[in-house]
Amino acid sequence: MKYMLLIIGTQDADPLTAEAGQGLMEAFMAYHKAVCDAGIMVDSNVLDSFETATSVQVGKTGERIVTDGPFAETREYLGGYYILDLPDLDTAIDWAARCPGARAGRVEVRPIQDFDPS
Amino acid sequence: MTGGRAAGSVEAVFREERGRLLAMLVRQFGDLDLAEDVTSDAIEAALERWPVDGVPSTPVAWLLTTARRKAVDRLRRDKAYAARLAIMHVEARQLVPAAPEGETDDIPDERLRLFFTCCHPALSIEVQTALTLRCLAGLSTAEVARAFLVPEATMAQRIVRAKRKISGTRIPFRVPEADELAGRLPGVLRIVYLIFTEGYAASAGEDLVRADLTAEAIRLARILHQLLPAEPEVSGLLALLLLVDARSAARVDAAGELVSLEDQDRGLWDADYIAEGRDLVVTALCGPRSGPYALQAAIAAVHAEAADIATTDWPQVVALYDVLARVSPSPVVELNRAVAVAMRDGPQAGLTALDALDANALRGYHLLPAARADLLRRLGRTAEAATAYRAALELAGNERERAFLHKRLANL
Repeated sequence: MKYMLLIIGTQDADPLTAEAGQGLMEAFMAYHKAVCDAGIMVDSNVLDSFETATSVQVGKTGERIVTDGPFAETREYLGGYYILDLPDLDTAIDWAARCPGARAGRVEVRPIQDFDPS
Repeated sequence: MTGGRAAGSVEAVFREERGRLLAMLVRQFGDLDLAEDVTSDAIEAALERWPVDGVPSTPVAWLLTTARRKAVDRLRRDKAYAARLAIMHVEARQLVPAAPEGETDDIPDERLRLFFTCCHPALSIEVQTALTLRCLAGLSTAEVARAFLVPEATMAQRIVRAKRKISGTRIPFRVPEADELAGRLPGVLRIVYLIFTEGYAASAGEDLVRADLTAEAIRLARILHQLLPAEPEVSGLLALLLLVDARSAARVDAAGELVSLEDQDRGLWDADYIAEGRDLVVTALCGPRSGPYALQAAIAAVHAEAADIATTDWPQVVALYDVLARVSPSPVVELNRAVAVAMRDGPQAGLTALDALDANALRGYHLLPAARADLLRRLGRTAEAATAYRAALELAGNERERAFLHKRLANL
């Protein structure tokens, strides 16, 4: 079963020192390697800063509403994700807990729906 | 006549064994929904057959065989469902050996897995409690709804959503490995404890004690203790529940009014529960590091040993609270410790201890002003006591507790 691990940060978190930023980067690289070595990797990407986000909505009459910034009113933003192939939620929670994003912010675990009718 | 008796024994068997049946079936088919459905189907079949054919010699084995057959029938009829289950649980099914048919003793007890699924931290506390009562205590949705004073439809919806989350996210049906057990077991114990406390001091409603819930919690704690006899905190929890529940007959008077520990007729305390609880405390405290339930049980045991409030070993109670505050720090533990200090060193000392507490952390908790009121009353500071009783009344939700506070206020 595929799970998406959404790595979520907070906009008003204190900016990291250069040292801490380097540490976080190294931790993510080690995590990424562990995920690949475990043979569970499906896909992963890091998103550019939330300041680069553009939101698009299409209104009832078909008009486009394009706005600067992410959708959410909250101060949280999506920083990146992993899609992993895992046997169950407990395993997914374990991998989420190992993710450095769980220390810097939080990691949301979402199962990916399987629409395969078989 | 026979029909009535047979129906009665179906109910008795069902109530006792429903959790075991359900756990077996979830283990085999990997789907809580299907397992619940066929468990109910098997009961229905028993209600039909047993009055005619007589109660089988091994009722549980009969129920299990019938439920299994119904599950297989259903999977044959619903090929898509079967295929989905097969894909999802192919690994799990490979692991399950063909279950034996025969004596009850041969049927493995899979309830511990069910406990860990129902009390999984990915589910909300309300849902964990509801599922535990329903799947392991064998309560119907209507009974669970009544226990939590919510409409049946609300509870039914909550359970449907929970089951969807269990199957949709694949919350596994397994006992955590030894290295994760320490992290997961407290969550299970907490749910049983919450069921008990909701029964013991209902947060809302007219009755102070909801005996149905306390009895269910004790039954659940007994099952856990049977499944994990070597876990000190499981023994500790069962001991705590027994020792506290032992007081229930003395805790409410004939008029249904709350009686404080000080005024309780200790002759009404349940001697069997106390004896059992004390034995369990001894084993629970044996380990290298005592857990919070064992320590609370030890405190309850000190009360159980005393003839009255005056001869209670208060220094021992305070010492146990000191350890408890280190093991499991909480503002409520500090509050209880302050009350014990008052009993050991007098109300003035207790008041000083209360003043040292973090009032913010206890904001909204009626027992803080109630404890303060009681100490001020003992010190003869009537006006201040009255103010504190009124503050407690603003916060107390249970009618019996409110009546008790009103009476104390009137008697100042």
